[in-house]
Amino acid sequence: MTKKKETIINVSLIVALLAVLYVMEHTLPSTAMIFTVLKKGAIYALVAVSMNLLNGFTGLFSLGQAGFMLLGAYTYGILTIPVEQREFVYMYYDGGIIHFSVPVVVALVAAGAVAAFFAYLIGLPVLRLKSDYLAIATLGFAEIIRAVFQWDKLGPVTNGSNLLKSYPTFRSVIFPFVVSGICIAIIVMLINSTYGRAFKAIRDDEVAAEAMGINLAHHKRLAFVISSFFAGISGALLAMYQTTIQASMFKSAMTYEILLIVVIGGIGSITGSCISSFLFIILSEWLLRFLDSEMYIGDFKVPLLRAGFRKVVFSIIIMVIVLFFRKGIMGTKEFSVRGIYNFFKKRAQRKNAVQGGDSNE
Amino acid sequence: MSNVLKVENVTMQFGGVVAVDNLNLEVNKGEIVSLIGPNGAGKTTAFNVITGVYAPTNGAVYFNENKIIENHPQGKMKKLYRGENNGKYHTSLAPTPDKITKLGIARTFQNIRLFKSQTVFENILIAKHCRRTSNLFTATFHLNGKEEAQMREETEKLLKILELENVKDELATSLPYGKQRRLEIARALATEPSLLLLDEPAAGMNPQETDELTAFIGRIRDEFGLTIFMIEHHMDLVMEISDRIYVLDFGKMIASGVPEEIQNNPRVIEAYLGGAADE
Ligand SMILES: Nc1ncnc2c1ncn2[C@@H]1O[C@H](COP(=O)(O)OP(=O)(O)OP(=O)(O)O)[C@@H](O)[C@H]1O
Ligand SMILES: [Mg+2]
Repeated sequence: MTKKKETIINVSLIVALLAVLYVMEHTLPSTAMIFTVLKKGAIYALVAVSMNLLNGFTGLFSLGQAGFMLLGAYTYGILTIPVEQREFVYMYYDGGIIHFSVPVVVALVAAGAVAAFFAYLIGLPVLRLKSDYLAIATLGFAEIIRAVFQWDKLGPVTNGSNLLKSYPTFRSVIFPFVVSGICIAIIVMLINSTYGRAFKAIRDDEVAAEAMGINLAHHKRLAFVISSFFAGISGALLAMYQTTIQASMFKSAMTYEILLIVVIGGIGSITGSCISSFLFIILSEWLLRFLDSEMYIGDFKVPLLRAGFRKVVFSIIIMVIVLFFRKGIMGTKEFSVRGIYNFFKKRAQRKNAVQGGDSNE
Repeated sequence: MSNVLKVENVTMQFGGVVAVDNLNLEVNKGEIVSLIGPNGAGKTTAFNVITGVYAPTNGAVYFNENKIIENHPQGKMKKLYRGENNGKYHTSLAPTPDKITKLGIARTFQNIRLFKSQTVFENILIAKHCRRTSNLFTATFHLNGKEEAQMREETEKLLKILELENVKDELATSLPYGKQRRLEIARALATEPSLLLLDEPAAGMNPQETDELTAFIGRIRDEFGLTIFMIEHHMDLVMEISDRIYVLDFGKMIASGVPEEIQNNPRVIEAYLGGAADE
């Protein structure tokens, strides 16, 4: 299969996917659960891939994702609330101190940039630490940033512990797909570049990587900053999806969810992270919902079913996956048109070989 | 003859252990020089100092007559220091290993350190990263097509020269031991060094592989215009290809000279026999 052909197939698949989404939106009721799954799945796919870039491809174990998402979400909200709405949103802070708003695309990039800037600052001292300390330090950062954003003194900017709302959101499922898609494509291109190879070298063997002329401090910081940039954008998307922003949304539990998605999908597999994001959201938002409500079959009350039981079942499923499918769904492999093509080609060849063997006898 | 590498009064002390004790040596352009000595003599430590893994406790290292490394006892070491030439050096110049590699010094490791999850081809390609002219932006958006193509071409060339082309898509760690060692050398060459440091390149090889390696080291020296400094325990190999030899024992240099001199040096024989008797 030539490269050109592969590109054509890939592009047509993307167009087909968008077409399907478009048709679905115009036929199914807009409240259908599938849309929640698709929107949230696309957003989680982006943040999972950004985490994978760091944890899976560079071998840096960081747990700051929720903190960077928070920064992105707030940056987006603060910059895009329409001027005439600010009075109502910032009602306890005299309309806040910001009296302008910027276009959505600019705000999305700014969301990434603010997260990236904080990552740069934290990275200076923290990336020198051994990997386990990095996890603790980034987790601590996420907790601190959450508290800081609820601080009353910063109210004129962050609205303190009150909601940010009335900023532009999306209604169509195509929006998060396109934004996440572009971001993930950029991450994939990065991973396939000479820089991506350097990241993987650091993951495999720091000492050898350094001896091959790879500046560890510089490259680790790059990976950390880029990962945070995209986490920031996904935070902004999540803010758009939720339609309101509150710092308390971005708990460390969110980071663990993302980490689980990465582990389930396969540490070091982009397509794995994407697939498992959707699976995760389908399970947690949809299929396991019924576990949370009491159910009667005739007069018989089904035991165990009550609010919160979903979480229990969910944890058990995850434990099973982590225990028995430690490499995740994809391991470090990727799902691609070329991969499928080669798979079938090999099978066909084997078949031919077997048949050829038969005819010789 | 100009010296490519000069190690001057280098002492490396770990806590109370003096691993390298006032080492002085020179490697001239185009030479193959060996560093030998019993186990624990401090050979690998000397390499680690030259390549920037450890800053020496005291002393200096020159590359092409430029000072690249210098240090003097500092902090707690001021009191602990048991080496010589204390007070002779005053500045502290300690580049990280990647800077040293960029200057043109490449190395291999005693315990093979390949990039485990990568193929043979990728292992070499990664080493080309340090010679890139692209930046993050041009590399990510594949605007450096020419450079990328050149990197791949040079990698292919190295694979051919090192006779690894037929295994290029295999995982590095799936190769037999001898080939892994050869791949490590290929990877080091990909960084375009002028000085190559080999830490026990024949370790774990059978006699036939060792013979092949002997010829091979001579060949790459000529083909790449290299200067080679190596640590080795296989005496046949050392005696056959070395222009000169340095001998370390307990961190101190006990002898140096051409192979014939070393072979007949009573101190060297004693150091080796003593070491052998201990085992
Ligand atoms: N990072 C370190 N910290 C403390 N001691 C060290 C360190 N590195 C090396 N040493 C000590 O320095 C001494 C010399 O070790 P080195 O590895 O240089 O020996 P070597 O000559 O390469 O031996 P071999 O032939 O076994 O490879 C040893 O006693 C070792 O324990
Ligand atoms: Mg050694």
